[in-house]
Amino acid sequence: MGMTITEKILAAHADKSFVEAGEIVDARIDLAMANDITAPLSLEEFEKVGARTVFDPEKVVFVLDHFTPNKDILSAENCKKIREFSKKHNIVNFFEGGQCGIEHALLPEKGLVVAGDLVIGADSHTCTYGALGAFSTGVGSTDLTYGMVTGRIWLKVPDSIKFHCHGKWPKWITGKELVLYIIGMIGVDGALYSAMEYTGEAIAALSMDSRFSIANMAIEAGGKNGIFHVDDKTKAYMKEHAARPYKAYESDTDASYRDVFEIDVAKIGFSVACPSLPSNVKDAGELGKIDIDQVVIGSCTNGRLEDLEMAASILKGKKVAKYTRCIIIPATPAIYGEAMRRGYFQTFLDAGCIISPPTCGPCLGGHMGILAKGERAVATTNRNFIGRMGHPESEVYLAGPAVAAATAIKGKIARPEEVI
Amino acid sequence: MILQGKIWKFGDNIDTDIIIPAKYLAHTDPKVLGEHCMEPLAPDFPKKVKAGDIIVSGTNFGCGSSREHAPIAITALGIPLVIAKTFARIFYRNAFNKGLALLEADIYDLVHDGDEIDVDVATGIIRCGGNEVKAKPIPPFMVELINEGGLINYLKKKLEG
Repeated sequence: MGMTITEKILAAHADKSFVEAGEIVDARIDLAMANDITAPLSLEEFEKVGARTVFDPEKVVFVLDHFTPNKDILSAENCKKIREFSKKHNIVNFFEGGQCGIEHALLPEKGLVVAGDLVIGADSHTCTYGALGAFSTGVGSTDLTYGMVTGRIWLKVPDSIKFHCHGKWPKWITGKELVLYIIGMIGVDGALYSAMEYTGEAIAALSMDSRFSIANMAIEAGGKNGIFHVDDKTKAYMKEHAARPYKAYESDTDASYRDVFEIDVAKIGFSVACPSLPSNVKDAGELGKIDIDQVVIGSCTNGRLEDLEMAASILKGKKVAKYTRCIIIPATPAIYGEAMRRGYFQTFLDAGCIISPPTCGPCLGGHMGILAKGERAVATTNRNFIGRMGHPESEVYLAGPAVAAATAIKGKIARPEEVI
Repeated sequence: MILQGKIWKFGDNIDTDIIIPAKYLAHTDPKVLGEHCMEPLAPDFPKKVKAGDIIVSGTNFGCGSSREHAPIAITALGIPLVIAKTFARIFYRNAFNKGLALLEADIYDLVHDGDEIDVDVATGIIRCGGNEVKAKPIPPFMVELINEGGLINYLKKKLEG
């Protein structure tokens, strides 16, 4: 029997020639990452076990992106602890301040992840790097400590679900609409413990930015990882960003899948996930009466250049509706700089948007755009759980960048053709 | 290990933003995290729950973020066990790493809030209101890890050895 791409990467990191779904493996990791929320607990455990140092100072990464620029004294203290630890243990990839971006946009951009890698991160959206043909998954702080110290992790080999996508992409429809459509179809636990593998001509036609969006939301279907095969676009991305050699694995034709779904991307429409689950998906066209107080365009799901480009093309020459706030959050300093050079910032400012520094900020209700009781947001983020962006009685609608930008102009949930 | 306590029922897809909202994540003190456990759904829960009480839930308990603050908040209230139809995978690992026992069993519709429940964690036998249900066995690998005293103790022994 053949192996899936996920099984092959895990087998290689467990020094085995064959693994299959359900098997527990003790695997070598290429990178262990934590952020300003999860690292403090990891460092407490690090002290408890009496470890002297990390397994490799080049392969442990800290990104202070969640509550930064520090939102309060506690957050500042947490960042200080991580900074001091990083100094003491000569951590090479410690990112804060003007070097810092949202972790899952930053790591691929810095070339820290390449195809064939096994990456763990103390953040559930670590599954994002599957877009590069890597196995990457989120873990808790204790598992992360074990990885930081030993360079290893135990993993159950997941079974795989294949999403074979064909058809022509309609204008404005991106990877975000596709992944919301899929979560709407299979549910928030539809891929529980499984790998979500994406194939087909419609995937080949997608940009890397859209592939990152799709892989990012595997966790929202309960998935362990999202994964893509390496093609010319992946190779070009890695050539631009990474100095390290990569290894491209391919699923065998006789690999075993738990399920295979055929999806025609021409039919998915403007998917919007309504409160309070990412699976509560409707078409934006059905939601036109809903007033929106705040629009957020950013996050590890959709704060990349393609997203800002799409938002700018819709907002150009237009105004954000009165009584609606539109917050733009470029995900990394490099994206920030490029968006500025391309003139998107002027477009956003002229339209009346707020431009935020790179931060996770409002996505998890941290800071920089918290909702009051009864307020509603449209966000290009990944979660719309109860109270996610603020008051327990506030609401979040998840959408792609085009619907978000159109909504900012109309002040109600809108498709781009309604405002152009 | 036999656990006896009162049941607190929570439905399907209880996410970690419900278990402990992100606004408290700058805290690492278990006491503070416990004080805000389940706040968006049941603000009085931390005041009313007693040590030894048990949470019973539906599908996908613990979905969402990887925050280990979630099992910490639950154990800080003295809750030793969550029984759910299914668990989200990151939460499943985190709970065992933090000393919170989890059993997979479909008892949600058989029990009521406040019912007394009696659980033998080792055998997975759950008794409540005249019903006896056997939970799915904890995977052997997890049992081994628990017997080692959890991942951190296992690592500590490894480093000392």
